[in-house]
Amino acid sequence: MSEALYSIVVDINGTRHVSHVTARTSLVDWLREHLHLTGTHIGCEHGICGACSVMLDGEPVRSCLMYAVQADGHRITTVEGLQRPDGSLSVLQDSFCETHALQCGYCTPGMLIAAQALLDATPRPTEAEIRDAIGGNLCRCTGYQQIVDAIALAARRMAEGAT
Amino acid sequence: MSTSQAASPYGYRYIGTHRRTKEDPRFVTGRGRYAADIALPHLKHVALVASPHASARILSVNTEAARALPGVHYVLTGEEFCVATDSQPIGVDAPKVTRWALAHDRVRYAGEWVAAVVADSRALAEDAAELIEVEYEPLPHVTDPEQAMEDGSPLVHPAHGSNVILHRDFVWGPVEDEFAKAEHQISFRAIWNRNATVPIETFAVAAQWNPATEILDIWASIQMPKYPDQTARALRLPGNAVRVHYDVDVGGSYGVKRGLKHTVLVGYLAKRLGLPVRLIEDRLENMRGGDMHGPDRVFDMTAAFDGDGTIRALKIRAVDNVGAYAGRAPFQLGKPVSAICGAYRIGAIAYEPVSVLTNKTPQEAVRGFGQSPTNFALERTMDRVARFLNMDRIALRRKNLIRKDEFPYTIPSGSTYDSGDYHTVLDKALAAVDYPALVRRRDEARRVGLLAGIGISTCLEPSGGNSAFEPLLNPKNETTTWMDSCLVRIDLSGAITGIMGTSSSGQGHETLVSTVVGEILERDPAQIRVIHADSLNALPSNSPVGSRMAIMLGGAAAGAARQIKDTLVAIAAHNFECAKEDLEYRDGNVSLKGVPEKILRWDQLVEIAHRKFHQLPPNLEPGLQAKFVWEVPTGGGLPTPDGRIHIYPCYAFETHIVYVEIDPETAAPSIKQYVCGHDCGVMINPDIVHGMTYGGIAHGIGAALYEQFTYDHNGQLTSGTFMDYLIPSALEVPPISIVDHCTPSPLTTFGQKGSGEAGYLGAPAAVANAVNDALAPLGVEVNTLPISHLAIWETLSNAT
Amino acid sequence: MKSPPFEYARAASIEQACELLSQHGDAAKIIAGGQSLVPMMAFRLLRPSWLIDINEIAALKSVALETDAVRMGACTRQCVVSRDEALAARVPLLRQALAFVGHTQTRNRGTIGGSLVHADPSAELPLVAQILEARLALRAKSGTRTLPASAFFAGPMMTNVHADECLEEIHWPVWRERKTGSAFTEISRRHGDFAIAAAAAQIAVDDDGHCTRVTFGVGGAARTPIAFPELAQSLVGQRMDQAKARAVAQEAAAALEPDSDIHASIAYRRHLAGVLVTRALQQAYDAARSVQ
Repeated sequence: MSEALYSIVVDINGTRHVSHVTARTSLVDWLREHLHLTGTHIGCEHGICGACSVMLDGEPVRSCLMYAVQADGHRITTVEGLQRPDGSLSVLQDSFCETHALQCGYCTPGMLIAAQALLDATPRPTEAEIRDAIGGNLCRCTGYQQIVDAIALAARRMAEGAT
Repeated sequence: MSTSQAASPYGYRYIGTHRRTKEDPRFVTGRGRYAADIALPHLKHVALVASPHASARILSVNTEAARALPGVHYVLTGEEFCVATDSQPIGVDAPKVTRWALAHDRVRYAGEWVAAVVADSRALAEDAAELIEVEYEPLPHVTDPEQAMEDGSPLVHPAHGSNVILHRDFVWGPVEDEFAKAEHQISFRAIWNRNATVPIETFAVAAQWNPATEILDIWASIQMPKYPDQTARALRLPGNAVRVHYDVDVGGSYGVKRGLKHTVLVGYLAKRLGLPVRLIEDRLENMRGGDMHGPDRVFDMTAAFDGDGTIRALKIRAVDNVGAYAGRAPFQLGKPVSAICGAYRIGAIAYEPVSVLTNKTPQEAVRGFGQSPTNFALERTMDRVARFLNMDRIALRRKNLIRKDEFPYTIPSGSTYDSGDYHTVLDKALAAVDYPALVRRRDEARRVGLLAGIGISTCLEPSGGNSAFEPLLNPKNETTTWMDSCLVRIDLSGAITGIMGTSSSGQGHETLVSTVVGEILERDPAQIRVIHADSLNALPSNSPVGSRMAIMLGGAAAGAARQIKDTLVAIAAHNFECAKEDLEYRDGNVSLKGVPEKILRWDQLVEIAHRKFHQLPPNLEPGLQAKFVWEVPTGGGLPTPDGRIHIYPCYAFETHIVYVEIDPETAAPSIKQYVCGHDCGVMINPDIVHGMTYGGIAHGIGAALYEQFTYDHNGQLTSGTFMDYLIPSALEVPPISIVDHCTPSPLTTFGQKGSGEAGYLGAPAAVANAVNDALAPLGVEVNTLPISHLAIWETLSNAT
Repeated sequence: MKSPPFEYARAASIEQACELLSQHGDAAKIIAGGQSLVPMMAFRLLRPSWLIDINEIAALKSVALETDAVRMGACTRQCVVSRDEALAARVPLLRQALAFVGHTQTRNRGTIGGSLVHADPSAELPLVAQILEARLALRAKSGTRTLPASAFFAGPMMTNVHADECLEEIHWPVWRERKTGSAFTEISRRHGDFAIAAAAAQIAVDDDGHCTRVTFGVGGAARTPIAFPELAQSLVGQRMDQAKARAVAQEAAAALEPDSDIHASIAYRRHLAGVLVTRALQQAYDAARSVQ
């Protein structure tokens, strides 16, 4: 009994990838194991912790709750795609470093995806909006304080013209 | 939060300043290197078969269909594994309590692993695992520790003869005398239900055996002392046949990632199959069978006190439900002996720790190693004494807190608190929260019909990791070495590298070492690289446990850096033909005092050390490297016959002030304000210390209100997923303010104390006290954690 | 927690989806947002041989605003509904309920139809469907039929959808009364969790503050979300006050047979139902009265 393979074409961080996957391969497993984009992490595989968050056509989703085949024809952004074109840190990534918004780093890629999506849609978020945006991303290291500080800092810097 | 480069509050150049960490850049770009990220050619994957029964005899295991599935390489059961490997060690004196990763003959908890499948993918391994047929004969089980102690209870390990694996009766000081003299006494029960720090990354381990070199390479998400040694021993290999790669990033641990059983299992499979093998626990395996639960403890507290609030003595009985097996977890009853009276001047304590086996998932070390539950019990005691006396809770604490002029202060159980100024930290926190305004806020909330409460805790964080509770609780265990180390080298180009000998799980050790080395050598820490050795080339380390690394690794890095500095000065003295006292070291350059142009610069000194042997002082080794290995300050002692011993060296202090509102109709609690006053001496990197404190508070809020491993009457874990085991999000954890104070430790290099467990040790106590303050006007209380909505409602229902 | 193996088909149209359903029957399941289905696959509680993906069918994502109803394709994303102002003006309860549904990631992928078909008794959207008497259009190869919400939900995680049917559209009734107000209230352990109990209400009033139309219900406290049409009707013609709301709420709560679990006892759930219905009625009434 060997499983059928399905051909998919997916834009990942601006690069087109062609792949053949079993139907049951989750999007996060495909990203990590087939494409070696190990920045996206697995924490629960049942849609609660948010560590697997990626952007699907610009909106954060849980990649453990999608199958890779479902991403065919779509655009995925992972943490590896958040840097600036020249490879330097984005304002948000740099802000995370400035406020020390992480410790073990495991939830961080998912946090960055959720936070970046928030800032893309709401350039001047309130603290309540920030906490709501990352409400689906669990962290056990930071108590969220420095993460909230980082997102607020990034928003301020972007309002002041940083890109 | 400030982004400016403020000067160090302690007068250092780097220590104490806001500095970005060395670790953050790789994580924000998704370039962390966790155990699951490591690609090995021909890697195979493991899935487990777990027992559905809390207690059962295994009658048969049929693996035929599983083995026949294409892509399956091997199916391992206890029958082979428990003969081919040795039982895991247990810290207490209970040699008949044996333990392997796979059950054999009997299963002792629901979730215990019975078989392991190795296949080409994890998905295929799971498919095969479903085809394994295990025939069980269910046996009676027990999950309540008091029932487990009764005659006639099912025995978890019949060969041990009872379910009690540890029971001691300590009496320190004139307890009965003080009770006789005291004007009052109260007794009550406080329950800390089972929870754990549950990292977002589960335990993962990959192993590869090289038959040519006879080395077993291991990459694991590990935070554990003596891990390579115990792995080797269980696999019957010499210690130098196991190479643990400490440069693997660990996605959070907070104590629990001691995956020895996972490692022995995977190491055995790798060696047996001649293929690299990896196990990544899925969340179900982790919650039920990962053996990473935390304290599960019932405290019976009795306090003897006078009408003026002086606490004369305490009696503490702590019964802990350790689960079906025990590694070091029972010692979590021992570490709190280091601060058994908390931050208070209490001259007599009786302590009866009991560790009980039941058919629950085994416990492992959790952040604080038992101190947080103990602080919770102590702080509830203080509030209840205050209530009894109709005395203000803060005033009661002020009266009993050890005063700053009393340090060093030796407590009845033998530990000496190094330094502290508890009253000042309390004052700072009260000022930061504007306590009178907070009281007005609470009273106004009550006026409009809410339940509202302020909770206070004043607690200690013992730090430094002198685990002298081991010989205290098991006289046959004479371990007194608690060490750490650092190697610092300057290469031919003049670049500085520090090497640490253990893993990190978010504590910022690379930043710690580079900051310390940079401070001593007066060189920019940003240019100092810190790497992790592997277990074959590492100097001795006892791992980041017990809030010890700022003290021990920081001290070792400083020691090594000082030796390098001395060497540089010696080279200059030799070349200037003068005494070293005539020289001045600045920024890595050495010059003659008063003659600044007579200078040897860093690059020149480095070159002499590496290339110009003819210019090197006699008796100095070539190159520029230094190692520093040292024992924990105040360590090395064994307990007295009456059970007194100095345990941890340094004592950080934290006070939490929490304001909670509860909707009286729905019983829903909400934390509205949170201030923490924290004194861990000198903070080498304040952002790192604050971060761990915020995180510890979040862990504490989880333990206080949300998190519990619940079991039903069939011994089944009923909160085994994240749908039911409730980890607080950014919407449950409030904004937190930390106010710092610094009472340096006289025992450490820079006056730093440990702070890895900060926040967690005082938060559950403060939150519990806040809820109780909210319920106090109704005359009811709740002394069981977590305080769920349901618990509040049932308590309120009892009020009417 | 890897899913068991299955075969996958991406349906290009609802007809194609139904064709596949009729071919495979019980062995096939529709996958929409996957927020409820995929965890069940990960736990291996469900093992369909076929997953039929309807996410790419544009017709299933369309939203038509009609005079008396909003016709919403089953695959409309929850986040789209949350953001739609015109929709919020017509069926305000949807946005109010969605504020309690999961988190951003859940709503970005989860669909309105998916939540209804999953039929978790503590889920928010089924409660809204129940009390608004939404009508659910089901398509099969053999034809279409429409079920009222009360006939759609059959029990915990159970609906009366046949194995060969796919939910195609939801018709949300729009109340034409000018002074209409609604409220959704819930208690859960954490934000975004399923409700321990929830209550929702929609009330229309005349210019003197008499109720002209009332609907309310409870979620999380029974095998399905429960509406109370007779009790609601008893409020018509009256002005609402705290005492009246409480009396109705107590009667509703007394009629419930909730379950207990690790988060709540039977008594607590029943109590919460009473409290939340009181609040929902009061808030909906106040909102209706405040319409100019």
